[in-house]
Amino acid sequence: MSRKLLLEKAHVEGIRHFDVYRREGGYRSVEKALQMAPADIVEEVKKSGLRGRGGAGFPTGMKWSFLAKPEGIPRYLVCNADESEPGTFKDRYLMEFIPHILIEGMVVSAYALGSNKNYIYIRGEYAWIADILEAAIDEARNNGFLGKNIRGSGFDCEIYVQRGAGAYICGEETALLESLEGKRGNPRIKPPFPAVKGLWDCPTVVNNVETLAAVVPIINEGGESYSKIGVGKSTGTKLISACGNINKPGIYEIDMTITVEEFIYSDEYCGGIPNGKRLKACIPGGSSVPILPANLLLTTAKGEKRLMNYESLSDGGFATGTMMGSGGFIVLDEDQCIVKNTYTLARFYRHESCGQCSPCREGTGWMEKILKNIDEGKGAMSDIDLLWDIQRKIEGNTICPLGDAAAWPVAAAIRHFRDEFEWHVKNPELCLTKNYGLAHYADPIHVPVTA
Amino acid sequence: MLLCGLCMKQNNMADEIKTFKVTIDNITIDVAPGTTILNAARKIGGDVTPPAMCYYSKLEGSGGKCRTCLVEVAAGSTADPRPMPKLVASCRTTVMDGMVVKNMTSEKVTDARNGVVEFLLINHPLDCPICDQAGECHLQDLGYEHGKEGTRYKFARRTFVKEDIGPYIQLHMTRCILCYRCTYVADQITDKRIHGVVDRGDHAAISTYISKAISNDFSGNMIDVCPVGALTDKTFRFKNRVWFTKPVDAHRNCENPKCCGKATLWLRGDEVFRVTARKDEWGEVQSFDGKTGWICNTCRFDKKKTSDWTIDGLTTISRHSVIGTNKYKTLTVPEETVQKVMHGLNPKLIMDIHSVSEVNNQDIHLSNLNRPAQAADFSKSGQHASVSRETNPGVKQLKDEK
Repeated sequence: MSRKLLLEKAHVEGIRHFDVYRREGGYRSVEKALQMAPADIVEEVKKSGLRGRGGAGFPTGMKWSFLAKPEGIPRYLVCNADESEPGTFKDRYLMEFIPHILIEGMVVSAYALGSNKNYIYIRGEYAWIADILEAAIDEARNNGFLGKNIRGSGFDCEIYVQRGAGAYICGEETALLESLEGKRGNPRIKPPFPAVKGLWDCPTVVNNVETLAAVVPIINEGGESYSKIGVGKSTGTKLISACGNINKPGIYEIDMTITVEEFIYSDEYCGGIPNGKRLKACIPGGSSVPILPANLLLTTAKGEKRLMNYESLSDGGFATGTMMGSGGFIVLDEDQCIVKNTYTLARFYRHESCGQCSPCREGTGWMEKILKNIDEGKGAMSDIDLLWDIQRKIEGNTICPLGDAAAWPVAAAIRHFRDEFEWHVKNPELCLTKNYGLAHYADPIHVPVTA
Repeated sequence: MLLCGLCMKQNNMADEIKTFKVTIDNITIDVAPGTTILNAARKIGGDVTPPAMCYYSKLEGSGGKCRTCLVEVAAGSTADPRPMPKLVASCRTTVMDGMVVKNMTSEKVTDARNGVVEFLLINHPLDCPICDQAGECHLQDLGYEHGKEGTRYKFARRTFVKEDIGPYIQLHMTRCILCYRCTYVADQITDKRIHGVVDRGDHAAISTYISKAISNDFSGNMIDVCPVGALTDKTFRFKNRVWFTKPVDAHRNCENPKCCGKATLWLRGDEVFRVTARKDEWGEVQSFDGKTGWICNTCRFDKKKTSDWTIDGLTTISRHSVIGTNKYKTLTVPEETVQKVMHGLNPKLIMDIHSVSEVNNQDIHLSNLNRPAQAADFSKSGQHASVSRETNPGVKQLKDEK
């Protein structure tokens, strides 16, 4: 049983409300932080080794230290709660059941960054959660943890909740800022980065919900002891949203030392695959990270057991590895069709592309149409190579990472499951009624012996 | 004394760092800090300059969207010579001192650009034969330079429901490449923005909200900034192909204080077919006295008589267009170097070639021949200008050998 830092009190009755949250030790970190110098808090976060939980895994302390601090210009902290990545629902859980942990983390972070006005940009579809957050903000204000001169420290802090309008692209930080300013949610061209020119052209830090919540245990326990949890550069705990063909889908807090195999099969976590089916593939970090077949998922190309952390999941690069991403763990059993799965994802990215830059606008639609053809048994062998060429020309050539996010799943599916695509092309009628099945995707990998 | 010396040195250094050295395709140029790679490349000109479909130097915030101007940065700067990991949009990346940029010398750039052009063309209707923009269309030029014969796209092209946006401007959304230039015009040139992009992704469209007519005095400039035939002049529609008209520079004293009054008239005989703003070699509206020469709708749409205008002379249009011939200036005349290498002396006639050779006879007018010239045409002995192929001695000889 690993340690829980965020979800420890999740099941205490009434934890959504201030009184219970406070009784269980909530807002201690604010009291502690207000006694510290802002720079020391940034230093603690740096020491903790906390990495951004939104998907990119960028060190949070470093991001904070990049924030420009010109005299007389306000700085902003924006919480990215536009959680729209298919397969990811950890922020929703956190905000819905323990909203005060986010507010506590935001107050501490805002104090560290010197931001008086802070925003939570929440996904439009999370309508009821916005109400929960508003209620929690009111409670915090009534108890003196928000508003003017918090706890007599002289620090003013306000948090506003802004609802999005249902666009995945607004989870990209610069598109989020545009949307927050009331404009069309088109990603900005970088540089300048938000740390220099963000919200209303002022220095801005955009952090994920889970990242800001993780600041609470870091301040409570100290960065040093937080960094001792986990391995290597994957410190602390991570929320995993497990879904797909597993017995126990849900949110799990892991300390990043367990193996992928243990995570899928142990009763503490996903509890194995239902109906006695076998594992075929998995997308371990939300829909945009590369899909892996069972064999490469459980062991790396070097033959080592793969662990649930940033380094181990990305071991082998995109050739044989994947990414931790946002922790949206999607498990596919042997009855799932990779072609259909890839088509579904391509359709999503076509629908969500903002249409600003040409490779993404035109390429995502093209990939979707080809994948639909292959899925419906109308594909040609040349379509597979064409798909590869299209994704190659989208990746890296777009304004924002949505282009990459659309290209990677297609690339990984072709890289690892090419024979399933070819089977679809060769058996145009059979593929409509039958599944390619597990095939060789769980066979042990040959590991070359080195002297 | 020592202190003074230090001060002087520092002052000198401050004076020296005025320009940044940037190398684009092995050509080094000094530019002011803050210049973008694209504008630095435009200073060099020629093939070194990346194409740009969405960037418009006169419109603030434009660029970065079409991705045709992607370049490779092989070295970031002298201080940090690491290459940039991805290709960058040259229109929105500013130069650093000692930056090394690869445009046409980079395989990665060519590959990516070909990809972008393919993406731009898969849903473009390719109705050039009936499109008013043909001949001055930037996408046409781009396709000619970077496109491939045939398409790999097997699906129906995207279409939009036609929208009427008023009496002056024709909107053809199917041809749009979403460069956003027209929305910047609406934002920055006209008084009130009633024009923007609706929807998203591949179904995003430019539109005037709730089909409002664009009645603003300067809305016609959207036509000039549109790189394709998505926004065309309704008063010129289907009247003529641009390459049949004669462009002349003209001006009038416009009553509108914001209108520059300097325009290009596109004439056929004495009839004014079309009025546009004056454009430079990059297809952008020219600046006069530091002000961009936007023209008002009255000048553009209503002043269609030569008597309305004072004609300044022929327009020189430097275009790289497919059909940029005839009136268009396509080549710069190479410099005469003979006198230069001879230190100002004129070359001396050593021998007149005509005294030893029958070819190049100046008396023979090649334009009178209905076919390519042949050796026999220059023969001094006879009037062989009418010889047919069968009687050509050379051909006959070949036949004999067989």
